[in-house]
Amino acid sequence: MEDLLSILKELHPEVDFETCDTLIDDKILDSIDIVTLVAEIGSEFDVEVPAEELTPENFNSAKALWAMIQRLDEA
Amino acid sequence: MSFASTQFLAFLAALFLVYYAIPQRHQWKLLLAGSLFFYWFAGWWCLIYIGVTAVTTYFAARKIDALARGQEAWLREHKAGLSKEERKAWKARGKAVRFRWLLGCLLVNFGVLAVVKYTNFVIGNANAALSLLGGGQLPSLPMVLPMGISFYTFQAMGYLIDVYWGKCPAERSLGRFALFVTFFPQLIQGPISRFGDLSRTLYAGHSWDSRQIAMGAERALWGLAKKLIVADRLAIPLRTLVADPERYGGVYVLAVIFLYAVQLYADFTGGIDITIGVARMLGVQVTENFQRPFFSKNAAEYWRRWHITMGTWFRDYLFYPMSVSKPILKLHQRCRNRFGRFGKRISVHTCSLILWFVTGLWHGASWNFIVWGLLNGIVIIISQELEPLYDKFHARFPRLKGSRGWDLVQVLRTFWLMGTIRVLDVYRDVPLTFRQLGTVLTGCRPGTLWDGSFLELGIGGGDWLVAAAGAGAMLACSLLGRREPVRERLARHSPHLAWGGCVALIWLILIFGVYGIGFDASQFIYNQF
Repeated sequence: MEDLLSILKELHPEVDFETCDTLIDDKILDSIDIVTLVAEIGSEFDVEVPAEELTPENFNSAKALWAMIQRLDEA
Repeated sequence: MSFASTQFLAFLAALFLVYYAIPQRHQWKLLLAGSLFFYWFAGWWCLIYIGVTAVTTYFAARKIDALARGQEAWLREHKAGLSKEERKAWKARGKAVRFRWLLGCLLVNFGVLAVVKYTNFVIGNANAALSLLGGGQLPSLPMVLPMGISFYTFQAMGYLIDVYWGKCPAERSLGRFALFVTFFPQLIQGPISRFGDLSRTLYAGHSWDSRQIAMGAERALWGLAKKLIVADRLAIPLRTLVADPERYGGVYVLAVIFLYAVQLYADFTGGIDITIGVARMLGVQVTENFQRPFFSKNAAEYWRRWHITMGTWFRDYLFYPMSVSKPILKLHQRCRNRFGRFGKRISVHTCSLILWFVTGLWHGASWNFIVWGLLNGIVIIISQELEPLYDKFHARFPRLKGSRGWDLVQVLRTFWLMGTIRVLDVYRDVPLTFRQLGTVLTGCRPGTLWDGSFLELGIGGGDWLVAAAGAGAMLACSLLGRREPVRERLARHSPHLAWGGCVALIWLILIFGVYGIGFDASQFIYNQF
């Protein structure tokens, strides 16, 4: 989770990713951020995030993202 | 049958009366019959094209859905005896089979679209290359574009990809699926609906609801008023200005940028208002396609608020899959290792440029649209790369950010920037467009604006006043409808106001509308895409 938070922090240093759960709803992350994030997740965690997983629910918070990474890793 | 035609009015009135007279379980069947009639009116041969899309997509989606269910059931049954790797391999094999069905159907449908829309564009470019090499010329082919093919193909393929991704189940009834593809209010200029959104109300039975019908009628009439009072009126001076570029340079080009922005907005949002309004009269909820786009503060925001359903289609079904594909992720890794922070964005910008190239091509088979698309992409990329500079600027002037004055500067900057790129739609070719834009700097005589020259462009002072009043009304409604559309607010205070609004709009359209031969208005601009 720490590694994920540091990736997110690098994208938007001004956001408190530990508490924010409206990253998509409040348009904090845009489509460019999302694909950058997917590429970084792939490099960092060796997890392939398929296009169908790029949904608002999976990207609205760091927690949701972490849950997605773990789910994809176990699948 | 244009929305702004007497035939459409007669068709809609007849359909509407029967719709609420028959049992609710048959209403969707009537909508299907009406939609097929509407499409047949554009030419019986068009039905073949849309029929191929509906049938191939229906069967491919059913097959993909059945394969996914079968594979899931098998996995559930044998899960205990399989290792994690074996499960992964089984899933990958199943996905590959489903992908082949998806790919086949995508190739058929996008192939048909590509052939009818782009064959002569390719031949034209091949001929240009051949003439440079001194070779012969290929004859162009008599291709006719079936009405709305870009819209319904994208809508159907979006559904198919959703089924493949498991985001929605395959529709079991061919008739119901055919209605999703052919639903007449949105057939010719969108919005490009998602199955999950439209199907919620498309197949349900609808009882008579005076308020919904009045609100729908009022919205449709508002759209018609935008089209007939503003868009078609401004089309006249625009035609004059564009037809003789030698004569109309300098300040006239600025006028083209401004007038075309207003005309296209009135035309396209007017058409979408009619679509959403007519659908609402029938109890069907269609996705919004605009969110006050001319109040956007940058290009990226503008594209999140203009033609929303097209933008989200390209984002979800092209940009995302492309960006997370193996070759792009490899490129990301390579650039990241070599160029550090900036390198991380190279792959994303590459995908953005491909996305905007395709978006341009989708709009039309010409270099004007391709350059238009690429310029949009370049502007968005540049503004993203300049963000650290903006941050420094705002750190230096902290009171500026969020102030009304600065917001206005950003809104006006975006309006003129997007408008300048948009004139590629109207001039004959790309070099001419840039030549014309150059005359703004070299031959601008502002005095032309008030020396009466604009009264010689095909419409008189009264028409300019009516167009300005119409544009002012659109602006006022946008400003007042920031949180909730004006018509919804008025109707909440007094439900009868919606009917009053309908009557007022009918009178305004009858008195101030611009009509062609047979009282039919000119075609909507987005119909050609």
